[in-house]
Amino acid sequence: MIVPDTVDQIFVLSKHWLLGYVPTALQPIVSAILSVAPVLVVFPLLFAITTVLERKGLGRIQNRYGPNRVGPYGFSQPIADGIKSLTKEDIVPRSADQVVHLLAPLLLVMAAFLAYAVLPIGRNMVLTNLNAGVLFFFAVGSMVELAVFMAGWSSRSKYSLLGAMRAVAQMISYEVPLVLASIVVIMASGSLSTVAIVNLQASYTSIWPHWFIFTPWGFTGFVLFMIAATAESNRSPFDLPEGESEIIAGYYIEYSGFKFALFFLGEYLGMFATSGLAITLFLGGWAAPFSFLTWIPSYIWFFAKLLALICVFIWIRGTLPRLRMDQLMGLAWKFMLPMTLLNIFTAGVWHFMPSGFTRWLVCTSLLIVPCLLLSRGLKQRKKLQIRTYRFAE
Amino acid sequence: MTLFFLIAAALTIAGTAAAMSLRNPIHCILSLTLGLVGLAVLYLQLGAQFVGFTQVLVYVGAVAILAVFAIMMTRSAGSPQQPAFSRSWLSGSAVAVVVFAVLAWAISSALPSTKIVPPQPAVSVNQIGDALMHKFALPLEIIGLLLTAALIGAVIVAMPERRETP
Amino acid sequence: MSPLNAYLLLSALLFSIGLAGVLTRRNAILVLIGIELMLNAANLNFIAFWRYGPNPAALTGIMFAIFSIAIAAAEAAVGLGIILAVYRHTKTTDLDQLNSMKG
Repeated sequence: MIVPDTVDQIFVLSKHWLLGYVPTALQPIVSAILSVAPVLVVFPLLFAITTVLERKGLGRIQNRYGPNRVGPYGFSQPIADGIKSLTKEDIVPRSADQVVHLLAPLLLVMAAFLAYAVLPIGRNMVLTNLNAGVLFFFAVGSMVELAVFMAGWSSRSKYSLLGAMRAVAQMISYEVPLVLASIVVIMASGSLSTVAIVNLQASYTSIWPHWFIFTPWGFTGFVLFMIAATAESNRSPFDLPEGESEIIAGYYIEYSGFKFALFFLGEYLGMFATSGLAITLFLGGWAAPFSFLTWIPSYIWFFAKLLALICVFIWIRGTLPRLRMDQLMGLAWKFMLPMTLLNIFTAGVWHFMPSGFTRWLVCTSLLIVPCLLLSRGLKQRKKLQIRTYRFAE
Repeated sequence: MTLFFLIAAALTIAGTAAAMSLRNPIHCILSLTLGLVGLAVLYLQLGAQFVGFTQVLVYVGAVAILAVFAIMMTRSAGSPQQPAFSRSWLSGSAVAVVVFAVLAWAISSALPSTKIVPPQPAVSVNQIGDALMHKFALPLEIIGLLLTAALIGAVIVAMPERRETP
Repeated sequence: MSPLNAYLLLSALLFSIGLAGVLTRRNAILVLIGIELMLNAANLNFIAFWRYGPNPAALTGIMFAIFSIAIAAAEAAVGLGIILAVYRHTKTTDLDQLNSMKG
């Protein structure tokens, strides 16, 4: 492979060079700080870019310009937003629980940042190579639900409590298909470590890559994972708990100024982290799509795939209508749970059949036929009635 | 005893002591969550990574949320009107202190105070999976049965009774 | 004292804190939380003995702790379901008032 190693490993090499200047006793701590600081800088920057990208993208989908006053074509909008949220007055309701009200956004942002510790951003560029990396990611993700509940309950307001209950119920329900959809990849790769999973996908047969998305069970798993990830981050079409036209921002109504910005930051960071995990599990992590493109550095590929997934999220937000609460829960328990279990069974069948056309045919039909049957069977049929008119007499 | 052990132990004890003595039940659950995270940190220090992450996933992500939902549904949230401790709190605390004294005496007198620390065992998740499939296959199936029974039982017990239509 | 002693003392302290909560609190849900705390103290005991014990390769301590976490979660669910059913019938979760079988 013709990989210019210096460009690809430039961050790793510069970190080792910097560590050479530090006395040996302090090296572990400085190494940890040097690894963590880029994550703390890059992903909030990505958050700023995403906010303006989303507003302009949504605007174009809805046949209007997005923000276009600040800077060239409106792309300095995040600076204006940051200044606004930092200088706004921090209003806390008098009957609110002060300590919990303060701790909720902190816990949310902390849990969202912790999840980046196991994502491999490039070759040899992961913060910690934990043996149980994927399990760590889900464990940290489950702390977000507690933070959402704390935010909603501490505001002592009916709307925020209702929004928090709905959000927690939605997040718990969609955590099950999220974990089950990733179990397929764990089964296929035989390891819970994210680095091992990416290394398995980084090889090529002629020019085609070995990504898991190019198998029937991998594709189904990716689709189910993305639906569950959209629901976990409370994004449209699953944003009933925070819908602006429904419940006026749900569980963070009573927050203003910097804490509101922290909630926003935490939600988007969670979205990036789950997309990063989807890239690691299904899309090959930092691996290039074709074997003749491996000269492009690995971290560029990771961020390119991340930006592509963010654009898909924005596209879906602008296109699909919001789901009602019972439709949401019905989708999670009645459709996605059986499909993920069927996906696990299909991955087992794929592993034990000899490779060839029969394998593709059997596995694809094993997945498509129940999907069609389930989706048709679960649709509630409304009988069309003859239209009658009542006029004022 | 290293500094990290002392910090994690202090965090755990503070969280659990607060959980059992605060007046507001929701504050109790939140400090219990802190104590359970402290326990997970202790598991990680002992080298049991899988158990530590499972502890956070199950206890913080499920049991704490379940308890909070139950407090909301039984309307015990908010400042309680009745006293938080029962009438027999003195005898209860005395029993707990006696139990701790007996356990501490048993621990310090039974075990030799040796400084020989065995090396850290290296356990990977592969080994845990192997053990679950070979040596502990029967307990795994029984746990599956038990979780199914608990799931169905909890739903049936908590279901509101059907009102008979007159 | 050796590290094993320290972990066992911590586990005994957690167990007695949980026991104090079970014996003195009025709210039924907090009593259940005390029981969960006692189970966690026992888990800490298992893991400490697995780490400092004679045969860590057998993974017995870890297995026991994993199964104990699963059982504790199931028991919490069923216990909270029972508390909800009792609350629906007697409109209170105060254990000092739930002291008769009548009704």
